[in-house]
Amino acid sequence: MILFSQILTLLAQSPSGHLLDGPTGVLLGVVIGCLLIATAAGQVLKRQPDSSVNPAIVQAFIHRVRAWWLMTAILAVTFLIPTPVATVILFGLISFWALREFITLTPTRLGDHRTLFWVFFVLTPAQYVLVGLGTAHYELFSILIPVYGFLFVSARIAIAGDYKRFLERVAKIQVGLYICVYALSYAPALLYLENWTNADYSTSAGLLFFFILIAQLSDLLQFVCGKFIGRNVIAPSINASRTWEGFFAGTGCTAIIGAALSLTGATPFNSWQSALMSIVIAVMGAAGTMTMSAIKRDRGVRDYGTLVEGHAGVLDRIDAICFAAPVFYHITRYYFTTLAG
Amino acid sequence: MDLNLTASFLTGLTKVFAGPSVRWVDSQPDTCQRVYFANHTSHVDSMVIWSSLPTDVRKVTRPTAAKDYWSQGWFRRHLARSLNALLIDRDKIKVHQSPIDMMIREIGDKYSLIVFPEGGRAHSDSGEIRAFKSGIYYLNKKRPDLELVPVYMDNMNRILPRGEFLPVPLLSRVVFGAPIWLEKGETKNDFLARARQSVLRLRDI
Repeated sequence: MILFSQILTLLAQSPSGHLLDGPTGVLLGVVIGCLLIATAAGQVLKRQPDSSVNPAIVQAFIHRVRAWWLMTAILAVTFLIPTPVATVILFGLISFWALREFITLTPTRLGDHRTLFWVFFVLTPAQYVLVGLGTAHYELFSILIPVYGFLFVSARIAIAGDYKRFLERVAKIQVGLYICVYALSYAPALLYLENWTNADYSTSAGLLFFFILIAQLSDLLQFVCGKFIGRNVIAPSINASRTWEGFFAGTGCTAIIGAALSLTGATPFNSWQSALMSIVIAVMGAAGTMTMSAIKRDRGVRDYGTLVEGHAGVLDRIDAICFAAPVFYHITRYYFTTLAG
Repeated sequence: MDLNLTASFLTGLTKVFAGPSVRWVDSQPDTCQRVYFANHTSHVDSMVIWSSLPTDVRKVTRPTAAKDYWSQGWFRRHLARSLNALLIDRDKIKVHQSPIDMMIREIGDKYSLIVFPEGGRAHSDSGEIRAFKSGIYYLNKKRPDLELVPVYMDNMNRILPRGEFLPVPLLSRVVFGAPIWLEKGETKNDFLARARQSVLRLRDI
């Protein structure tokens, strides 16, 4: 207990200050409040007689809330560390984990072994090192994988001397690297944005937190809205639970929540900008979910793996984030900072 | 022997590289004396089975390994000692010094073993399992009280294939099956075929 209070005092005195500023704290508070309500709701539902609610759905709900607590806690703790490097490392580890699931699922041949070693232990760390070096390395970090990485992967597989299904194997490794590493690395890169056009805005921790929150919420809301009013399934053979009605209603709800969250001051957006950004995240998130579902259907599996109880795999959780991160980063960079020149 | 730092480190490292999801089918982890026999496709196979066991079971389980390889240099010797490996001298096999006698002497009434009855590592990507060598038959004949637990490992040949020395981190699967024993009057070939089948069956679970 004494140790804990010492740590808190140290953090309060730390001259550089941690990433968690006032507005981000408010946003975090709102989320924790919602989670408390959700946890209480889960407990109430659990006590209901089995006939009124489906116990399997209640159990899934409780697990989901638990995983959200875990996610919030991890992000909050990394924000308490006075450097964005901790967050970059956290996302680097998530990438590593997601890529491991992705490559496990898509068959590779013996000839891909050395290429995979490069992908896991050279390209992935290099990408996150470049992100951690800050906006000065934006140019290299934004082209390392899609330009040099992709050329390297195809050449390295060719050198290994196995030509069977060559293009297919190259594409698999490239897509895995692109979605799990490159696209995801734009999320921690948000922390390095600076020179805001909005003079009142200073730190980006709130921006990252807002982004992840909206991406997860839109995923959930599109699913829930689809359950209630869904009629027309977008692509039945790929994902039976995603409907057009759910997509539009869920995206609309996300926009309203996004606009409301701008009141916390944790992002540089005013309310209509925040609503538009939420729509962008929701649309890209839906695209990510559909894409990853298509890959899963092709491989004949339901989930990418098992890590957190009640949740499928890391990749099942971050598909929306992966697709939305680059777009969110670029719009924010080009319209809300002076970095683009 | 107590578990040491090297062993804990290796166990953690194995979990990062091979991410095994462990399943026990019709059997439970137990500290009773057992022989775990498995399909063999990779250098890291022993390590994966070993780290898939609960700590108390791991403490009494010894992987078997070739002495000529694992006694070269302090590093390999240290690794073998940390895992409490049972090193088998392949050069000095004599009538009174058979590896089976040595195994039985070494495990006493305490330790369990991890063995790979295929002899060497299988080549194929297809998950095929080669014919078993007769070691486990003689082992069970001399010690009928030992439980023979089949283990099937999936995806290991992609993590560290034959001829490669750098592993690629992927997820794998370790399935432990129901124990088997040598039946009364069962011939050597019948028993070895049955043992091989018991591992193969776990592949499709």
